[in-house]
Amino acid sequence: MHSTRRHFMGQSAAAASALAFPLVGGAQPATIKIGVLHPVTGALAYSGQQCRLGALMALEDINKAGGIKSLGGAKLEALLGDAQSNPQAGTAEIEKMNEAGVSAVVGAFASAICLATTQAAAKYNLPHVVDVGVADQIVERGLKNTFRFGPGYKKCAEVAVANLHVLNTAAGKPARTVMIVHEESLFGTGTANLLSRELPGYGYDVKEVIKHANPTRDFNNIALRIKQVNPDILIPANYYNEYALLVRTLQQQKVTPKAIFSVLGGAASSYKFVKEFPDAANGIIDCNHWFNPKDKRSAELRKRVEAQGQFFSYEVFMSYTAMKLLADAIDRAKSTDRAAIIEALGKSTFSDHIMPYGPTQFVNGQNMGAQPLMTQVSKGDIKVIIPRDYREAEPVFPMKA
Amino acid sequence: MLDFDILFPSVLNGITTGAVYALIALGLTLIYGVLHIINFAHGAALMVALYGVFFLKEKLGIDPYWALPIMVPAMFVLGYALQRVVINRASHGKDENILLVTLGISIVLENLALILFHSDTRTIETAYTLQTVAIGPAMIALPKLVAFAGALVTSGLLLLVVQKTDLGRAIRAVSKEKQGARLMGIDVDHVYAMCYGLGLVCLGAAACFLLPAYYVNPQVGSGFVLVAFTIVVLGGMGSFSGALLGGLLIGVVESVGGLLLGESLGQIGIFVIFIAVLLLRPQGIFGARA
Repeated sequence: MHSTRRHFMGQSAAAASALAFPLVGGAQPATIKIGVLHPVTGALAYSGQQCRLGALMALEDINKAGGIKSLGGAKLEALLGDAQSNPQAGTAEIEKMNEAGVSAVVGAFASAICLATTQAAAKYNLPHVVDVGVADQIVERGLKNTFRFGPGYKKCAEVAVANLHVLNTAAGKPARTVMIVHEESLFGTGTANLLSRELPGYGYDVKEVIKHANPTRDFNNIALRIKQVNPDILIPANYYNEYALLVRTLQQQKVTPKAIFSVLGGAASSYKFVKEFPDAANGIIDCNHWFNPKDKRSAELRKRVEAQGQFFSYEVFMSYTAMKLLADAIDRAKSTDRAAIIEALGKSTFSDHIMPYGPTQFVNGQNMGAQPLMTQVSKGDIKVIIPRDYREAEPVFPMKA
Repeated sequence: MLDFDILFPSVLNGITTGAVYALIALGLTLIYGVLHIINFAHGAALMVALYGVFFLKEKLGIDPYWALPIMVPAMFVLGYALQRVVINRASHGKDENILLVTLGISIVLENLALILFHSDTRTIETAYTLQTVAIGPAMIALPKLVAFAGALVTSGLLLLVVQKTDLGRAIRAVSKEKQGARLMGIDVDHVYAMCYGLGLVCLGAAACFLLPAYYVNPQVGSGFVLVAFTIVVLGGMGSFSGALLGGLLIGVVESVGGLLLGESLGQIGIFVIFIAVLLLRPQGIFGARA
């Protein structure tokens, strides 16, 4: 009975696909639905909205340039989702997007949310391009549908610590003690753990690690604690609002470490922060997602974003390129079939982008060329200081008052 | 272990925060003292007041401190109406019903806020948000100092109302002996509603003092209401001076706890005190009634 039924099922499936394929081949869909999922409300609303802006600008560009060429110029259509700054809401949106028949999802900014959404999407073999989500667990669980274009926090922490050591050594080793202040979700905690593990190897003494909630509206106690411990270097790893408030409170409380050296600092390399609080931001070094400053297209994109009255923050260009990567993969897949898109993403060599990554090469869903750049705020602007290939300004370390 | 330079600012910080806690607790204790109910809608009402201050600033450009003459009467009217129209009618005079009605009001208000304003955490920026005043080695944020002074003044005025006015005498009479007060010609329902209104007045004022250095989202009240309950229990249910001193004490415990144990564990001291008071002195540190 069993084998007969299986035989029958197999035959019917083959027949069905034989019947279905010519139809798919003959009448391409006019639009391809893409889930654009970000935390556009809640504690992470600012970052989520910036991400959405970037993703939608990419969609507009792709459609203007003739859509997906291998599918007869099919246009991409965004299905917007709001993860409300929490993983559960993100998962619920994936369910909705799956029901609505999206071909792929781009999102979902925060690590904790990405961890949930990629897993939810995996149930439906739904391709999920992670735009930011730096926690390495996202790509380490063997999920075939998950692809991250940018670097993970392990890579960022390693680069940051190695470069800190280079800067410190060149300056005659003025800094020996470190204090880490991080937000309490996956991103901040994971980054802080990695840093606490890496730093002693280079001879730095991690005096204290402090975590705080999102949102936190009073950093006075933390500032006092920093004053008490008096570290040479302060490393914040948190999202925009808390980062900005922490640095401003330090200024208010007249706490001045030798350097504020951020790893994936939420506001450190943000034009918004630099514009709103130029004094507090001055001299801050950050190891973060950054565009290739030598690529003319990045300056053009920045202009377009600013023309809309928005800041060209890392969220914008990360989501922008993530969407471009996906469109490139759909074009190569020549199909809106989810499995075909996943296969094309896995083999992607996408190189037409503004990031300093070189041609894309995914291993277990992680883009191997992805790397952060080191930037420093100087005279109201953000300049790349390391690596040398992308350098726009000489680093200033330790920070001048 | 800790320098004076570190501990002193932390204590001052705690006192300034504590004054606002005290103001919120004062509203709670006032409502408890007369109505003999625990107002579960207190946190939600604070949230409503904070949104009021937020939108006055965002939509009309009214500074939070100038919003006081708007928010205080508005919250009074809201409180009076809530008690008269909803709580009084729905509870049929039974205390356990009042408890559930206020709980229901809080759920409705919080979810309305969620529908109308989403779960966004919103803040306002004012010119003085980050200004500081040096007090000895401490740099205290200006809005916190204003909040401290404002909370004390509001508490003082409220105390004056309760002690010196006819309304205050009526409130005290009703809280002591409802039937007797009614026989003396006091309109008990009116006094109840006035009292609930005054309780919410505290929240209106607290919201104006809080927002320049704080945030608002639909869940913002729950954090305060837990602390306020602790203060009311600590100070003795229905005790004015208890709420005031309890508020300041809890503020300091929270601040110094945060400094010593880290931000995430800072509030642990509050709840240790809460449990200890319930175990050892259930009438509250300053409470006379058993």
